[in-house]
Amino acid sequence: MHDLIQYITGYLDKNVKVTPGAAGNIFWITVYILLVFVGLSVAVIAMNWLERKILAHMQVRLGPMRVGPHGLLQPIADALKLLLKEDIMPAEADAIVFWIAPFIVVLAAFTVFIVVPFGPAHAITDMNIGILFMLGVSSLSVLGIVTAGWASNSHYPLIGALRSSAQMVSYEVAMGLAVISVILMTSLNAQGVGTLSMIGIVQAQQAQGTWFIFKFFPLGLVGFFIFAVAMVAETNRAPFDLPEAESELTAGFHTEYSGFRWSLFFLAEYSAMIAVSSIAVTLWLGGWLRPFPSLHGPEIAIAHIWPPSDPALPKGALDFVFALFPGISFLFLGAVCFYNTARMPKHPLFKIQTLGLAGFGAVLALIGLILFVPPVRDRVGDIFWFSAKVAAFMYLYIWYRGTFPRYRFDQLMKVGWKILLPMGLGLLVCSGFVAMRSEVWHQIVLPLSHWFVSLL
Amino acid sequence: MTPVATPFFFYLLAVTMIIGGILVITRKNAVHSALALITALLAQAGIYLMLYAPFVAGVQIILYAGGIMVLFLFVIMLISIERTQKERQFNSQWLVGIAAAAALGGLFISVYTKGKSLFPEGRPSYVEGQNVQDVAALLYDPHTGMYMFSFEIASLLLLVAIIGAVVMAKKRI
Repeated sequence: MHDLIQYITGYLDKNVKVTPGAAGNIFWITVYILLVFVGLSVAVIAMNWLERKILAHMQVRLGPMRVGPHGLLQPIADALKLLLKEDIMPAEADAIVFWIAPFIVVLAAFTVFIVVPFGPAHAITDMNIGILFMLGVSSLSVLGIVTAGWASNSHYPLIGALRSSAQMVSYEVAMGLAVISVILMTSLNAQGVGTLSMIGIVQAQQAQGTWFIFKFFPLGLVGFFIFAVAMVAETNRAPFDLPEAESELTAGFHTEYSGFRWSLFFLAEYSAMIAVSSIAVTLWLGGWLRPFPSLHGPEIAIAHIWPPSDPALPKGALDFVFALFPGISFLFLGAVCFYNTARMPKHPLFKIQTLGLAGFGAVLALIGLILFVPPVRDRVGDIFWFSAKVAAFMYLYIWYRGTFPRYRFDQLMKVGWKILLPMGLGLLVCSGFVAMRSEVWHQIVLPLSHWFVSLL
Repeated sequence: MTPVATPFFFYLLAVTMIIGGILVITRKNAVHSALALITALLAQAGIYLMLYAPFVAGVQIILYAGGIMVLFLFVIMLISIERTQKERQFNSQWLVGIAAAAALGGLFISVYTKGKSLFPEGRPSYVEGQNVQDVAALLYDPHTGMYMFSFEIASLLLLVAIIGAVVMAKKRI
């Protein structure tokens, strides 16, 4: 029993600064897997509500307003409806393949989160082949889509599946080229050895003092642009949502699915979106690093509050300001809830909804207050910044859907093969050259940028 | 991290692979065969992981399971199933087949029984966290690299294949 407790608490030692996978602690691996699974499910539920609400506001509508205050309980009502719905299988469908397909998609979408780095020690495990593993496993989801479309034994799903596989295979090429340029940038250290590990890539950005989106300006930005376009196509989202274009194919590859199995496709789509966004955040936007990670400001000390308990963490004034961000943002969300509580209609029938919204605001504010407690604050800072960056991408996805009209299929193929692929190849050649002769680049770009700044 | 339950995972993956392989040739429906083949390939990737070769495992997933098999399925889906159901599944060259299977089986059995003298006793321990870097050093390093030339030849072969595919598919270039 004592050994067991020691085994569990051993990982919490301040000197252990690796992921539970690297430490080989099975208990904490299980805990982390459960945490990631629960967090992902909550994120998908929140995303469901946010997407409908934000899209509605972009189109000057109200969106869901009936179930719970401001429709907050709508996703739960939807989930209940889906679980209670009859699960229909077409008579001529291939039963086994029809049954397996949603599980392939969900498995592929969830497995990639093994290597997503929420912080230097906050990942399930760190693999030497991290980014390769993520790209490989997320490319397996196309198998599920293809088999789903084929097994339905119907025209619309088959066409949707064919479109989907052609699209995903095409955009994977451009995506891979953009990723390779980042891996090239990680090798710009004293040893000249790069890395594929997700944690290693973020640490390389920390060591080089810049996010890779700003590295070798504009090369990093071009790579990020290629990836940002390709990842929307990879996840079959608007404006590249041809596989499920409702005006042409009713619902594409999941036309024949209903109830629980349809909800699995939904879950997989949103978690795949989160997965590719976290690849983009890790590779170009500095992963868990806060904005301006190399600026610390003067060292300050406030009794019992600052500097952090872990001596390895930086102690500057700027670090302190950024460490307060997670708590402040949750307090802000709570304040928004309270403001809207005050604006609720005063009719007695709205009493429960008003109380519910106030309670939700109180929970958010309480979370915000907990995030101010020094030990919690020092541990969740990196998770907060990572999630905030991913959330920004999620907002962009919704924004794209509200803004861009859908591509035609030949336009989609043209963008993939005739624009993104040559751009990716050029980017690879340029960044290879610049990485070899980085001093030349600095001699050209730095004076130019100084000159540009002096003009301003 | 030290490996846990190695025999269990080995037998699990090996059995998955063998069942997948058998299903590939016994199923009449080509899509089922392809799915069984994917299962076998993924189990093989797991075996590579157990052999401390994560890079090969990753390439196996990304190339075979994710790339080639998707294109396989893409083609198979367009074939009419009714016709394939009627076609004969096995051809009549069973004598040659038995001879080849016996030769391969004999090789496996002899390796299994005489394995101790064939392979060195102690296996050098590979650093799992350095696998990609080790592979790269073996391929490209000016001092330790040995396979640069063969690697380039292989990429030339692939280029020829790509150009050939374009020439065959497009009548007017």
